Amino acid sequence: MKILVCISKTPDTTSKIAFKNGNTQFDEAGVQWILNPYDEWYALVKALELKEKDPSIVLHLITVGTADCDPVIRKALALGGDEAIRVNTDSTDSYSIAVQIAAVAKEGGYDLILTGKETIDYNGASVPGFISELLDIPYVSLAIKFELNGSVATIDREIEGGEEVNEVALPVVVGCQKGMAEQRIPNMRGIMAARTKPLKVVAPIAVDALTSVVNFELPLAKAGVKLVAADNVAELVRLLHEEAKAI
Amino acid sequence: MCVLIFVDQTEGHIKKSSYEVLTYGVKLAAQIGTTAEALLLGTVNDDLAALGKYGVSKVHQAANETLNHLDAQLYAKVIAEAVQSIGATVVVLSHNQTGKAIAARISARLKAGLVTGAIALPDTSNGFVVKRTVFSGKAFANVNIVTPIKVISLNPNSFHVAVGEGSATVESLNVTVDPSKIKVTAVNKVSGEVPLTEADIVVSGGRGLKGPENWGMIEDLAHELHAATACSRPVADSDWRPHHEHVGQTGVQIAPNLYIAIGISGAIQHLAGVNRSKVIVVINKDPEAPFFKAADYGIVGDAFEVVPQLTAEIKKMHNN
Ligand SMILES: Cc1cc2nc3c(=O)[nH]c(=O)nc-3n(C[C@H](O)[C@H](O)[C@H](O)COP(=O)(O)OP(=O)(O)OC[C@H]3O[C@@H](n4cnc5c(N)ncnc54)[C@H](O)[C@@H]3O)c2cc1C
Repeated sequence: MKILVCISKTPDTTSKIAFKNGNTQFDEAGVQWILNPYDEWYALVKALELKEKDPSIVLHLITVGTADCDPVIRKALALGGDEAIRVNTDSTDSYSIAVQIAAVAKEGGYDLILTGKETIDYNGASVPGFISELLDIPYVSLAIKFELNGSVATIDREIEGGEEVNEVALPVVVGCQKGMAEQRIPNMRGIMAARTKPLKVVAPIAVDALTSVVNFELPLAKAGVKLVAADNVAELVRLLHEEAKAI
Repeated sequence: MCVLIFVDQTEGHIKKSSYEVLTYGVKLAAQIGTTAEALLLGTVNDDLAALGKYGVSKVHQAANETLNHLDAQLYAKVIAEAVQSIGATVVVLSHNQTGKAIAARISARLKAGLVTGAIALPDTSNGFVVKRTVFSGKAFANVNIVTPIKVISLNPNSFHVAVGEGSATVESLNVTVDPSKIKVTAVNKVSGEVPLTEADIVVSGGRGLKGPENWGMIEDLAHELHAATACSRPVADSDWRPHHEHVGQTGVQIAPNLYIAIGISGAIQHLAGVNRSKVIVVINKDPEAPFFKAADYGIVGDAFEVVPQLTAEIKKMHNN
């Protein structure tokens, strides 16, 4: 059994979001890079749990990007996993990223591909869907629980106002979110081991992007808060009703 | 040429988010000088001809019961086949739970550029540029789709539904539907609750409420407003509230008309999930709480005193 976990780097959640070159590029100055929380907390840790139950599982991590992704992928390896693969290319759009991952996945013959439900920077929620279509295998998105019995996965996924339980035979692509696993912190032994785990750098395949970012914008600042005294709650209700027309 | 609008359904009914997408698709079609047609997979109890009221001339239905449950692989195959047989150049759908599962698959299948989480009609004056949220709502990106066929998924609650008069013709779509590889073994809905991602009003509680036993007043207020309930991350992490209520950068992202934050400090990661709400009300006893900077209205006060009064005042208003 082989599992592939897709890892993306994202700016730390407290990063100041700013743009440069006429708002055409994200300004990386001073930004701390972290593992995308959905990839780390849920997809990777779920894979680790599965491997702990069945040590014969081969667990690979993959990222698409240039050498500046290496610290983040080493951090992922410090949590666990046998080896990492980096497809050496500057990512253009999420489709092109998925094409690279699908190419590696096809060759590697993975039974289970786990990703975060989305990245916290681009929020596309599209890479796992692209991969599954390119491999023509089932996809379960927004997964909150995952159990494996032999080669059949039981997956709870989020629906409007509840959950739906899906049963599907492997191979499958799963987009993971809260509920899948408990966040872990890498320990010293993991960090030391990660240094010597293989990180294979592979060349990208040719792909044309389907979209391109023209520019970015920042939201307009709020006008400022209107404060209402705590002993005058009726006034807040009036404002919400008459002024904001929100109730 | 036409704009094909994917109409999503569950348990025999069209979802609220699909009406927003209908309006979006109809306006988009008018903008680029073509017609808007709808596509529904599976069977519903709703009157499909009535979708004409939203401006579509035709509704294509693949009335196969296998399609009553989402299987992303099957849905994408059927929708892509429909796009080709109908000759659609733009596919629009909601960036809801179903949209997140199928949009990328449709895009890859048709080699059609995709923008997810769109919040406005495209700018077609120079290319086909769609505005979407990025950095968990902290910024926007304008993205150009460079392929002949385009796929757009619209963020829920970012477009007002427009209803008029009219009736659509309903045509059955003949497509091959393979057996589904996904078996749905259970559906667990939290009964009586308003689904968080579809709610117009959301009442949300944070660590300031001290413990799960104090959520009664949050639920009372939510009930009075017909609102959904939400919470901050530490509240869900401490199991005071279920995980699906956790909003923020690492939880659910929402954009209701009204978000009422009670006993929540307004950390940057929390704001990221709620800052696209149209109106934000903050109730916090600390005047320095960062949330006030992102709020439209606020009360500096003790939630345990303010919230019951707020519920009572709203009740009074509803009774008048
Ligand atoms: C990588 C990362 C991701 C994260 N993602 C998220 C996320 O998605 N969502 C999220 O919410 N958080 C997230 N967080 C956590 C976030 O940083 C904050 O810690 C969290 O939002 C704080 O929750 P809170 O406001 O409920 O609690 P606190 O920060 O403890 O605030 C409680 C507030 O209640 C007020 N209060 C106390 N008593 C009363 C009273 N009687 N009446 C009125 N007000 C009262 C206090 O003044 C205070 O402002 C994330 C953090 C990290 C590092």
